[in-house]
Amino acid sequence: MFAAAVLSILVALVLVVFRALKGPTLFDRVLAGNSIGTLAILLLAAVGFLTGRPEWLDIGITYGLLNLISTLAILKFFRHGDLAHDGEEKTP
Amino acid sequence: MRLISLALALFLFWLALSGHYTPMLMAAGAVSAVVCVLAAVRMGIADPEGHPVHLLGRFVTYFPWILREIAKSAWAVTKIIIDPALPISPTMTRVRASQKTSLGIVTYANSITLTPGTITTGVKGDVLTVHAVVREGALDLESGGMDARVTRFEGRV
Amino acid sequence: MIDILLIGLSWALILAGGFFTIVGAIGLVRMPDVYTRMHAASVTDTLGAGLLLLGFMLQAGPSLVLLKLVFLFVLFFFVSPVATHAVANAALHYGIKPQLAEDRRGRLDADTREPAAIEEELRIEAAQ
Repeated sequence: MFAAAVLSILVALVLVVFRALKGPTLFDRVLAGNSIGTLAILLLAAVGFLTGRPEWLDIGITYGLLNLISTLAILKFFRHGDLAHDGEEKTP
Repeated sequence: MRLISLALALFLFWLALSGHYTPMLMAAGAVSAVVCVLAAVRMGIADPEGHPVHLLGRFVTYFPWILREIAKSAWAVTKIIIDPALPISPTMTRVRASQKTSLGIVTYANSITLTPGTITTGVKGDVLTVHAVVREGALDLESGGMDARVTRFEGRV
Repeated sequence: MIDILLIGLSWALILAGGFFTIVGAIGLVRMPDVYTRMHAASVTDTLGAGLLLLGFMLQAGPSLVLLKLVFLFVLFFFVSPVATHAVANAALHYGIKPQLAEDRRGRLDADTREPAAIEEELRIEAAQ
């Protein structure tokens, strides 16, 4: 039964990777990257149960936190061109 | 009081992740929980906004409600996706948030985004800009049912 | 007896979770522009992930693994709207125009009345 879960996650991953490659805009790719992160966490959990080693969930939790940070970092970089920007918008 | 609950929550998190209950590791967990609380105090984020433990009681009733909303709207979006004709009518609208604190407005904005079919794209003061995948979703938000529910969750300020 | 029931329920949850995960991914490919794709992605993030994790929770039984799955569930609950909002806000700021069937963004501009009066009207609309 866990094999079914792994299979459906893998099918979804293929579709999402297709979107990430096709684009067309940067934000499509960031969105797809975020989805890939979500699916990777679920895949870690499912494979952990499949092989009888649910300890991999720890990696999943870490990956979930990193996923948010990387998404925000990419968006911030393309908005300000600088990760150390203080985030204040200059009103024209 | 808030600091004690924050330290306790961090310590329980440590215990859950470690899974070893030797005195040595539990002492290490207690020390790191206290250090984290001190760092939070120094950063000025250990306030009602950073650790909203006072909302815990009402969260118990709010959580099942938002889960049911998520399931309902996710099913609606699923029907749109698997429909060969893809019957979407994307709509953008503005709604006014009636919450008084910024924490309440963030809760409302996140609740909108969390239910599939509607996304908060911008917040300015108490006006939220919302993108909905079908027109009905936008009209539903404008009628203010979720807004009233979140305001009740926020409680008296 | 109760064991069989629990295992059956968890299998049903895992299958449903897998279904919604794939549906979200299909939507991500089918939808016409960035903003509508986000709605599809949030099906995967909420219902797909949530049902899969609930199914795993029932399989895990009362243990530390269950607690970690609950953490993952709560993590998705708080993190996925933040990420979606960030992408949507950045795309709008960058100047990508959403394809709209109807634009109602101007609807609060004409309202110069007191907020209380608007709320009253909304309440009447909600009651009807």
